Order: sequence, then structure tokens, then C-alpha cells
Amino acid sequence: MTIALSLHGVEKRFGDVVALDNVNVSLHEGEVLGLIGQNGSGKSSLMKIMSGLYRPDGGEVRVGGKVVQLRSPLDAGRAGIGLVHQEQSLIGSLSVAENLFLDKPAAYARWGSYRWTAMKDEARRQLEKVELDIDPFTPLGDLSFGERQMVELAKVLTLEELVDGHLVILFDEPTAVLNPPEIEALFSQIRRIKHRSSVVFVSHRMDEILDISDRVLVMSDGRNVAEREKDKVNVDELYELMVGKQRIDRVARRPRDAHLGSSRVLEVENMSVPGEVHDVSFSMAPGEILGVIGVQGSGAESVLRTIFGMADRWSGSIRFDGKPLEIDAPSAAVARGIGYLPAERKTEGMVRNTSVSENAAITFGWQHAAGPGMVSRRREKAPIKDWVAKLAIKTPSIEHQIDLLSGGNQQKVVLSKWLLGNSLKLLMLDHPTRGLDPGARADLFAAIRELADKGLAILLVGDTLDEVLSLSDEIIVMKDGMISAHIAQVQQSPPSEEELVRAMV
Amino acid sequence: MQDGFKTSGARDLELSSRKGGELPSGPKADWWKQASNILQKHGPLVALVGLCILFSLAAPNFASLGNFVAVLEAAAVPAIVAIGLTFVLMQASIDLSVEGVSSLGNIIVSIMVANTVTGTDIGLWALPLVIATGAAIGLLNGVISIYARMPSLIVTLGSWLIALGLASLLFPNRQPQILDTRITSLAIDKHFGVSSLVYLAVAIALLAILVEKNTVFGRMSRAIGENEPVLRMSGIRVNRYKMAAFTVAGACFAIAGLFIAARIGVGNPRSGIGLLFPSIAACVVGGTLLSGGHGGIRQSMIGVLILVTLRNGLIQIGVDPLLQSAVEGAVIITAVAASTWHLRSKIRIIK
Repeated sequence: MTIALSLHGVEKRFGDVVALDNVNVSLHEGEVLGLIGQNGSGKSSLMKIMSGLYRPDGGEVRVGGKVVQLRSPLDAGRAGIGLVHQEQSLIGSLSVAENLFLDKPAAYARWGSYRWTAMKDEARRQLEKVELDIDPFTPLGDLSFGERQMVELAKVLTLEELVDGHLVILFDEPTAVLNPPEIEALFSQIRRIKHRSSVVFVSHRMDEILDISDRVLVMSDGRNVAEREKDKVNVDELYELMVGKQRIDRVARRPRDAHLGSSRVLEVENMSVPGEVHDVSFSMAPGEILGVIGVQGSGAESVLRTIFGMADRWSGSIRFDGKPLEIDAPSAAVARGIGYLPAERKTEGMVRNTSVSENAAITFGWQHAAGPGMVSRRREKAPIKDWVAKLAIKTPSIEHQIDLLSGGNQQKVVLSKWLLGNSLKLLMLDHPTRGLDPGARADLFAAIRELADKGLAILLVGDTLDEVLSLSDEIIVMKDGMISAHIAQVQQSPPSEEELVRAMV
Repeated sequence: MQDGFKTSGARDLELSSRKGGELPSGPKADWWKQASNILQKHGPLVALVGLCILFSLAAPNFASLGNFVAVLEAAAVPAIVAIGLTFVLMQASIDLSVEGVSSLGNIIVSIMVANTVTGTDIGLWALPLVIATGAAIGLLNGVISIYARMPSLIVTLGSWLIALGLASLLFPNRQPQILDTRITSLAIDKHFGVSSLVYLAVAIALLAILVEKNTVFGRMSRAIGENEPVLRMSGIRVNRYKMAAFTVAGACFAIAGLFIAARIGVGNPRSGIGLLFPSIAACVVGGTLLSGGHGGIRQSMIGVLILVTLRNGLIQIGVDPLLQSAVEGAVIITAVAASTWHLRSKIRIIK
């Protein structure tokens, strides 16, 4: 088989941090290469080098056997390499057609003015490839997330017409926020383009990797540590290669003999949010982990956000810690001892371009200051260091910039900001493990369990059933904004996954 | 086991993820959404019509043809300024050099055509000279803000004062009166009761709409304001479009200075003063937000009409001139709050 793309001894450093260390990869023509590794293992850096976003500090990249210098995504495009971005690289206010040709506006313009008909026809042809039947002049912002992902793919597949030779299409965690039918559609596209493209596919989901890939490459600490043919490997082995230890047993239930008391920390009655949540009631004991699950649009996240004071309009009553909870803003919720870990870590969880310590101290740092209205960077240090150690956050120092940490460590820093104070009674976790690798996930689980054991009530909306089943004392299943099932004593008599799914859909 | 993910339980149970526009919504929500969509799209137009109706009822002379013409005449100069500003604002930059560049334009015209003070007379060549000067200052604004990596707010704050200083420097010892009637007739000669300045402003606005809707520059300007990093990663030469926007803006401001010269018939180094605030306010009231990516020429033009109508109407109904600016300010804040209300809730719903 011919080699489409190969990397030889590629290195990439950011200051003292070595992101890639002597990486050797070769990609055959027509092959789907699954790329796995924990966060921070160098997957993203590798993808960025292959797509021209980063330039290697050492080693060489060969396309079709010839050494190439990929200085920009445009260079990569000319060499037939395209990247389907994890965070979509599309502009909401432009039309689908303009987005498809975003990187080559000149192709459909004469004297700087667009030739709309030509663009529309070509856009329709491109959209047909990914079986999207929409008007090319629809504003992109009107599409669903899954449709936008298909547009993103179509945008990259315009290379098919522009480049004669073989293509290399890179997928950087394309499935992270897709639902099953959308994933299936994406996979059928990948299978379709295999006749003239090689594919590199990054995902944290092992079943997906094994489903779509011909070969799996495992990255760890900036090196390629293993390669396995799809037929000769199983999920457990892949986890082992990645994490360096056996996969965390998914039925490792939370050992709980401590009986939850009858006292209630949170009592929600008849909560309704127009169009999102309808008549939801439940209550929680201190130290309880309550898992909320539901398919997309079930309203699970809205419940959390409403308790945290982020709903514009809602009705019902919430009692917290024995007193009615009057919430109109997150600050009011925080003042009563409620914390919230948002799903959107990068936009709502952390303050970018600042240090670990500033992020950790942002909410409760004042509790460690000398007096009201004051901040003490010196006094904060000890408690921050304490939590960095307890949560095993991997950072060179607490003054390190948070953006430079891996996703899992960032998430733990965000968690630590709630723990820095001593007034927290309820912690709400909205998809806390989204985008985290299995190792980081296990660490986070352990931290969550420990916090619950210390009496903190935890309200959790999880990414997978596994996660919710292994953590929760009770589970609420939501469907169309209502509670469709309430399962108590999850750890003693766990419900079957089928049971939960029936309540969800 | 071709479809491994289909049979795996965990895969099918992919839980709720946050995506926009897929929440169940009742009929009431649909109705509300439609109404707010219309308001969001045409809110400023509705406000303009509302203002007109209100003033017509309150002041008998407001709805006359003569007053309508007066509104158009008053709108010509701020409209040209707003056209230039719109491209810059769409890109989420700002250009404060309006008053300096238009004052400079005014002075250059008045000393380069036949006038009472200087002996130079290059005739109509003064027009391209003025426009080129404005464009050059604009280009310089763009170059400095991009290559020195400075916010356009600061760069254009500087060039505002520099241009104002240059205008004073070029001002001869006596006030030059423009003798070239080809310039002054632009404001004096009327066709169907309206001066050439208004026709010119309308023509430039239509041209600008074409540019905004159909050229790569226009479309990219919007995209830059919405998400510049994506364009950079797509290999778009973002800097070019940014410099182009500042250049267009500078040229427009100079044209505004030209219009003022035609109207007042003299060279005045402070003639542009007072233009900046109403023009930016007009853009924003019309829906061309400072945050970029929103609005456009059409919206900005409606904003200009709203502001001019407001000022005109307040005089008509006899509001104390001292109170006028306070009322204007209050109306601007209200209008912007109303037109950005939908964006406010979007921040909370996430994606």
C-alpha cells in the first residue's frame, strides 16, 4: 500500500513543554487511522501539524513520499489535507454557500464581487455529497448543530474537486457533541470518501474508534506508543495502552454504607421553565449524589441553571437549607452555598489567559483575605495549593496559565474554585466530564465521591449512563421537560440501562 | 459488527447535549418567537415610523413636504459618515477620526478651488484630492492598528486630533470663501426641491449596499466582526479587508467634509465637530452594533433617519433646546436597549 502522509521524528515544543517528541506516523492511502490518547498526550498538536496550523520544531512531514513544508492551512489544502475542526470553523451570519467556500472566496468572485449563481450551483453539488438537502443561501446560524457539522465536512470535502491527487481528511473529535443518528451519518460519509482519501479520526469514544478505524494509533506523553490493527485489539487493551492501567471498571459502584439522613438540603417543588421544564419536583439530602439524565432537550440542564439563578422566567418554589431560595442571579445562589460547574468550560467555567490561582480564587478567594472588600494573593496561596494537591491537578505551579493545562486539569481547577470556600452545600455538575479522557474522568469521579462523602450534596447531569450509574445515589430521568422516572437506591439495586432508556425516549 | 456503535448501549444513550433551537416550544413560544424575530429584523424601521406618526400628531407642520425635505437634507452628511463607519463597525473595530478627517476635507476643498483667500485653483481636481486624502488617513489608521497591534479606538482617537490639527494648520489667516459655484451649487441647486447632496448621498448609500451584499469585502467584513479567528485559520487575508474598511471610512469622512463645504460655502477647520457622536449613535440605533457582525448599510441609514427625525421633531414640538440633547440621549439608550434585547437572552441560553 502506498503511503499518503507520513511524519518522521516530528517534534513540537511550547517553551519548556514538549508537546510532541519524536513522533513517527504513516498513513496509508484509503485508510482510516484512529488516533487516541489522553488529553495532553499530543493528539491535537499532531493534528495541527498535519493541517498546517502548527509548524514542527523538528522532523519532517511527507506527502506522497515528498518532504513538504506546511506553513498554513492553505498550504495543507493545496497538498490535499483538510481538517474538520472540533469547534466548527464556520460563520453563523453568512450563508451556507459562503461558508463552504470561506477559505477560497476568490473562486466565486469576479472583480471582488460574488457570482452568486455559480456559487449556489457549486454549493448545491457540495451539499449533495454529504446528503444535506438545504438551500445553499440559508444563513448558517439557522441550522442545527449536526447539520452544521455536515457543512463543516462538506467545506473540507471541496478539496475533492480542487486537488487531483489523494486526499487526507483529519477529524478532530467530530462526534463529541453529535447524537447517534448524526454520528451514523458522519460515519457513512467517512466510508464514502475512503476511495480517494485517507482519514485520521480522533475520538475519546473507544467503540467509535473501533467501529470506524482500520488501524488505531495510541499517543501518550507526546509520543506514538502503540499501533494496533482493528481486528487484533479490544477496548480494554486500548484503554490499557492509553491510561497505562486497566480500564476503570464501570460497575465500580460507590461503596456507601453511610445511610443518607432524612434531612433535606434542597427541595424543589413544581419547577417550570417556559418551553423547557414542566412541573418538576424533587429533593436531596446532604451528601447525596443525584444524577439527572435525559436526551437532548429533556430540560435536565435547565433544572440546574434555574436553581443557579440563570433562568429568565420560571415558576415553582425551591427551598434550600431549610429556607426558601430567592434566586434572581447566580450571585444570590452562590451566597447561599450553591456551586455550578458549567458544561461550557472554556466560555463559562474558566477565565482564560489568567493563572490557575486566579481561577481558583475567583469565587471564594475573599474568604481568605484580611478583611471585607480585600484580596490577599499571599493568604490564598495555601488553600489553593492544598486543593491543587488534593485534586491532583497537574500544573507546574499555581501561577501557571490555565489555558496551557489539559482539559481535565482545567476542569479540576474550575472545580477547585467552588471548594476554596467553606460555605458550599450544593454543587451542581453540568456534563463535568465532557471532553475529558478516561484517566482524567476517573480522577474527577474520585474527587466527586469524596466531596459527597464529606456531606456535600451533588446534582449531576452526566454525559453517559455509565457515569451517572456509577456515581449516583438516586437518579431522575427527564423527558420533554418532565420527570419520567425516579430511581432511588441506585447503588443497592441498580436499574438496568434498558430501564433508563425506556424512560428517556 | 459493522455498526458497532449501534449495538453498544452507551453509544445510544449519548445524553443530552446543548444545542440551540431544539427545545420543545409551545404555540405561544412560536408566536412570541415570530413577533420578536420581526421586531428584531425591522425594529428600527418600526421605531422610525412610530416617531413620524408621533411627531405628525404633536406638530402640525411635521408632516409637510417642506419638512420632509428638511429631514433629508439634514441626513445627507451623517449618512455619508455612517456609511463609512458601518464597514468598520461590522468588523468590530471603530473609527473616531470622523470629525478630524471631515474638517480637513472641508479645508482642503475650500483652499484648492477658486476662493477668496488662496490663489490656488485646481478646479474639480480638488474632489479626488480630498477623497484620496481621507482614504490615505483611513489606510494609515488601518495599517497602524494592524501592524502596531493597537486597538482602533486609540489609533483613530489619535488621528482624529492629528487631522483636526492639520485642518487648523492649513487654514489660511482669513476664512476662505468658496467662489467655485460648481461646489456650492451641489447644496444650492434643487432638483424636485431636493439638493444634489441628497441625491449623491442616496447614490453612495445604494452603491455601499451593493458592496456590502455582493462583494467579498462586504461579506468578509461581516464575518470578521463575527469570528475573526475562524477566518484567519481559513487562510483569509483578514488584514487586507480591515485596511480596506478603514480606507473606505476615511474616504467617506472626507466626502462628508466636501458636503459641508458645499453647504456652508466656506472653509472652517472645525466644521466637522459634532459629527462623530450622532453618526455612531445612528449606526448603533439602526442595528449596526459595536460588537461587530450585525447590521449593515441599510440598518445604519434607518438609524440616521431616526436620529435626524428625532432632532427635527423635537424642534417642531418645541422642546427646550437645552433639553434636546438630553432627550436625544435617552431615546438612543432606549432604542439600543430595545434592539439588543434579543442578544441579551442569547447570552444565557448558550449556543
